[in-house]
Amino acid sequence: MNPLLLWFHKLGSPPYFYRLAGRFLPWLYVVALVTGAIGFYGGLVVAPADYQQGDSFRIIYVHVPCAWMSLFVYAFMAANGFIALVWRIKLSEVLAMASAPIGAAFTFITLVTGSVWGKPTWGTWWTWDARLTSELVLLFLYFGVIGLHSAIEDTRQAARAAAFLALVGVVNLPIVHYSVNWWNTLHQAQTVSLMGQSKMDARMLWPLLTLAFATHVYFFASLLARSRAALLELESGKEWVRALAKSTPTQEAAHG
Amino acid sequence: MKPGTTGAACLALLRRDLTLTWRRRGDALNPLLFAIIVVALFPFALGPEQATLAHIAAGTIFVALLLASLLSLDMLFRSDLEDGSLEQLVLSPHPLSLLLACKIAIHWLTTTLPLIVIAPLLAQLLYLPNTVLPVLLIALALATPLLSLIGAVCVALTVGMRRSGMLLTLLVLPLIVPALIFGAGACNAAQAGLPFTAPLLWLGAWLVLALVMAPLAAAAALKISLT
Repeated sequence: MNPLLLWFHKLGSPPYFYRLAGRFLPWLYVVALVTGAIGFYGGLVVAPADYQQGDSFRIIYVHVPCAWMSLFVYAFMAANGFIALVWRIKLSEVLAMASAPIGAAFTFITLVTGSVWGKPTWGTWWTWDARLTSELVLLFLYFGVIGLHSAIEDTRQAARAAAFLALVGVVNLPIVHYSVNWWNTLHQAQTVSLMGQSKMDARMLWPLLTLAFATHVYFFASLLARSRAALLELESGKEWVRALAKSTPTQEAAHG
Repeated sequence: MKPGTTGAACLALLRRDLTLTWRRRGDALNPLLFAIIVVALFPFALGPEQATLAHIAAGTIFVALLLASLLSLDMLFRSDLEDGSLEQLVLSPHPLSLLLACKIAIHWLTTTLPLIVIAPLLAQLLYLPNTVLPVLLIALALATPLLSLIGAVCVALTVGMRRSGMLLTLLVLPLIVPALIFGAGACNAAQAGLPFTAPLLWLGAWLVLALVMAPLAAAAALKISLT
């Protein structure tokens, strides 16, 4: 068999993935922490204050990477859901379901930081702006996936049903997005344009990109940790989990 | 039609579902009462001024009707699951998506169409201008089948659960936001004297897409929940 294909098949096996993820996990956390610290230092200390918004613009260093992640995680979840439904790979079910709460958290942080930024800038905690509204709908979609997953008792059936819902959401999300855009532009124009139009200064841009990288790495670290735990639970009756539990209980507890 | 063909199976299913609904015709009144009560609560909350009520009439009626038909969605597969006929549908040699499309059509005809019929009454309660009424009816006729179709996919996913009411709401409502935006948007545009055909055409396009895709998705979802 083709070595790449062989590696791919091996990756799908829970014990192999569990060990591999355990080896990568500490490194991912370290990389996320270091790049995150560099990015925050660049964003909060080095970057100059905005000439219009002053220091309040600095919240974009949390807000924008989280907003990007909220979409990226949904795409990741839906792609894994598709793989789980078509090829019935157990690992993909676990990965899709493990990413849902992380994505919901990123979406929630996006909404909260956007609201905190909106108070001094727009003078209101919430405005029915098209982007805010689609983000809110996205949060509800995440809640739907998580709710459906936790409502069905059989774990694998729950994962397949929730993955299917995620796919339905993918088909629907563009329609929601464009309808909300249309709805908003009919009523009123955007009060303040976000950073899109104004070209961003390079000293402000590099911390943002660094933080975007850090949140991606953090997502994968968190994903691996969550799916390791989920795999142990799913395969608790299997031989390899029992062997693992007998051999190194203290070390595993420290990792988990 | 020859017995055993797919067409005959669909006809038999349609006749069976219509008969079942007719035998329990009292139940069909519940969504109507719910919609009337919800609409009647708004004047109590906002005051009886004609201008205020006319301003929010179309949106209120839309929301009330969507919620009322959402309440009845839960019953789409419930009795079939309990007596085991849903599993027979899944096992039958005919395409499941087509059979489900028949069930969804009957469900829409028996629970949602009466809601559209009483919409003019609700419009009078909230002083909706008479010129807007045809637009409201067209928008409802396009938006409510969408809710039934998309809702059927979500019902199929939650079919095995004992208490799926709140969860079903959580699953369906984010997906149905565009129907509300376009439907109520068309009515508001008509009320303001603006052109209103574009949102209605969007609704129609989305309905056509859902007519093709939703029965297939519902069939796939039902197979997942019944394994």
